[in-house]
Amino acid sequence: MKRNVLALAVGLIFGLGLCLSGMYQPSKVLGFDLGGRWDPSLAFVMGGAIAVAAPAFALTRRRRAAWLGGEIDLPKAIAIDAPLVLGALIFGVGWGLAGVCPAPGVVDVGFFSPSAMIFVAAMAIGMLASRLADLRLRSARIATQDA
Amino acid sequence: MTIDWTHFTPFSALVGGAMIGAAAALLILGAGRILGAAGIVGGALDGRDGEAAWRWSLIAGLAAAPSLAYGLLGAAAPVFTANWPVLVVSGLLVGFGARLGSGCTSGHGVCGLARLSPRSFVATGIFMATAFVTVFVARHVVG
Repeated sequence: MKRNVLALAVGLIFGLGLCLSGMYQPSKVLGFDLGGRWDPSLAFVMGGAIAVAAPAFALTRRRRAAWLGGEIDLPKAIAIDAPLVLGALIFGVGWGLAGVCPAPGVVDVGFFSPSAMIFVAAMAIGMLASRLADLRLRSARIATQDA
Repeated sequence: MTIDWTHFTPFSALVGGAMIGAAAALLILGAGRILGAAGIVGGALDGRDGEAAWRWSLIAGLAAAPSLAYGLLGAAAPVFTANWPVLVVSGLLVGFGARLGSGCTSGHGVCGLARLSPRSFVATGIFMATAFVTVFVARHVVG
């Protein structure tokens, strides 16, 4: 229960940050146009976020447990593999097409934007498709290992 | 290249960015989880690992933020220039790619870079580059 309340607060702070920074606005993201009139705001958003998050992640090197109990779960993968590279390539093209990435998409649904609802519905289908593709890949890999 | 001074908002970008960083700090230290929107939405949809409840709570917070932002900041509604076929293609690519690549702008671009993950540096470099190229092609080659 405590964890759900914390997550709700995190979502609110995250969403307000996206609103204040302008990142929820597709035109603001697409304004990071190096070939035309360039609005560097996006770099300031990421810089500000990283500057505040970095000390917290540095702390996780020393402490193992979260405030609400349980382990601090950091990603364990280290390989620069094909899914990482291919996934980032595909994601970047999608991001550049409409100027929306996952969190701002959800925030824009909160503005009752019909365009955002279309985007998020398609994004959900893309996510589920990726899971299915991943499962098939993995079972294919296990099958070849068994053979 | 010329800087678009009329739209450049360094102060609100920095403060808004700092709030995003604070949200990431709160989630990792408080609950021990990475603030990655693709993983949170994707994991909530999968709903298999017993972690769906906090993920849906976080999504509810994100979706409720505009109502607060409207009251506090007078935030204007988002304006989409993409038509619906482009939105569908873009959404499919974003969802599929971010899950396949284990992260999006928040998971790799903020949390991953903040914790100096080599995988996230590679992923962020690639998706920023393909996004810039896509914007460039759409605006200056096709557009």
